[in-house]
Amino acid sequence: MSLLRIEGLWKAYHDHAVLRGIDLEVAAHEVVCLIGASGSGKSTLLRCVNLLETVDDGTIHLDGEEITDVRADPDDVRRRMGIVFQAFNLFPHMTVLDNITLAPRKVHRVGRAEAEERARELLGRFGLADKAGAYPDRLSGGQQQRVAIIRAMATRPRLMLLDEVTSALDPELVAEVLGVIRELKESGMTMILTTHEMGFCREIADTVCFLDDGVLLERGTPEQIFTDPREPRTREFLKSVLDARRV
Amino acid sequence: MTEPSPGPPAAGPESRQATESSETEGTRTTESSETEGTRTTGSSGVGKAPVTWVKSERQLRRERSRRIRAVRSGTIATVSTIVFLGVVAAVVTRSPGWPRVRETFFSAEAFARSWPDVVDGFWTNVKIFLIAEPLILIVGLLVALTRNLRAPVFFPLRALAVAYTDVFRGVPTLLVILLVGFGVPALNLQGTPKDEITLGVIALTLAYGAYVAEVFRAGIDSVHPSQWAAARSLGLSHGRTMRYVVLPQAWRRVVPPLLNDFVSLQKDTALVSTIGVIESLRQAQIYAASKFNYTPYLVSALLFVALTIPMARFTDYLAARSQRRRGQ
Repeated sequence: MSLLRIEGLWKAYHDHAVLRGIDLEVAAHEVVCLIGASGSGKSTLLRCVNLLETVDDGTIHLDGEEITDVRADPDDVRRRMGIVFQAFNLFPHMTVLDNITLAPRKVHRVGRAEAEERARELLGRFGLADKAGAYPDRLSGGQQQRVAIIRAMATRPRLMLLDEVTSALDPELVAEVLGVIRELKESGMTMILTTHEMGFCREIADTVCFLDDGVLLERGTPEQIFTDPREPRTREFLKSVLDARRV
Repeated sequence: MTEPSPGPPAAGPESRQATESSETEGTRTTESSETEGTRTTGSSGVGKAPVTWVKSERQLRRERSRRIRAVRSGTIATVSTIVFLGVVAAVVTRSPGWPRVRETFFSAEAFARSWPDVVDGFWTNVKIFLIAEPLILIVGLLVALTRNLRAPVFFPLRALAVAYTDVFRGVPTLLVILLVGFGVPALNLQGTPKDEITLGVIALTLAYGAYVAEVFRAGIDSVHPSQWAAARSLGLSHGRTMRYVVLPQAWRRVVPPLLNDFVSLQKDTALVSTIGVIESLRQAQIYAASKFNYTPYLVSALLFVALTIPMARFTDYLAARSQRRRGQ
């Protein structure tokens, strides 16, 4: 059974439909990569899964339970997944350690000592052991984003949503964040990520989905999408991305 | 900061360079300082960074002219201030009524005699705002939080909070004091306070609570929505997000405007004299009425200024500090 099942998902802002009938299934331990032009609805899709947006039609099931049900508790749903944003969104008034342990302590009722021990373990694993007491504004973008990923992982989510996590970073900082995601995959984490890093997408994804104007136009293995896309729009998009890279 | 910072110019270039290498660097010291400067700036772009920083002739000239300009600005400011004060003093002291004003407002004797009473009354002002300030903070925060409650159960509370801020921001503070000061005791209800100071504190709290609630609300609204999204996505409820993520950030931003409101409150404590509290303004009035000399008003004014100016400077300091922090 799939971990996440999205069926006929619609989302509109006023009269503008951003998502138009999305169907998507994600199996446990699968890494799904969403690609598409800006405004194609990738980020909105992730925000819908995290219930940060209310859907306008369709359903989302997590572990067989409908989370778009009006009676579902959004806080409870969010506890089971983590999301990382493009702009990190760390809490600026808290140290790195407090950023990471806030949710485990206040939501999951883990003791401070235990929460901090796990946080330090994660920080150590991702090369940030010496940053535990630092405030976010003292960290580089790459470090901040790694902390944001650790913060999302600290609650042991079933599913991670990564929304263009490298887009706000300088090129030389991208690699360190991608390294963290690579390690997440190795640990068997189920992930949905949106990215503009096509090379990385090809390397890490089990499944690549191409979104075009709110429609999931094409879905396949990275091999198939990048070497032999069925849809002309997909081909056009990949060509434009590759051309931009060459310049 | 990982790059090597330029060494102090005091560390003489000759001595260091002599130890570096004798044949090439040694000859350089004999060259003019102009080329010395271009060498340092020129070679820092590519290759090895220069060992010592020798200020170029251009930089020295630049610093000299900056110093001259600073001295000139200071002189101009001093002279213009003296001239300005001189003109004001001349206009005031040459006015036809000046001898009379000096006698009634600037009498040293009246100043000395009224001082103890007015100071005594001033402690009442201090007491009133020391009690009112924490109460206002509590009322303001509660009202601001109530306005932020989303659940439908809280609709009546939310409506009440809106009505409260609308009404008490609209009614002049003096009117609120009069209405509370004379209206509440007239109810003759058991348990209602009769003491004027208590009534004054209640009235000021009601009036200022509405302003402070709006300051808090603006602070809460100023926290970026992405902070809400980040906290909610971690599973924190609305209340916990407010408490652990939004309020701590909002608090830092509202401290300067809050202190500004408190500066205003400090002087508005004089308004409670209208309901019969014998505070500093009232004491001054009593003295003025019996001796036909208004110097005690000046005493009272000086006391208020002595209190509000440090507070205002502290507010400026905090505002500047938060500005610096945001600029990082």
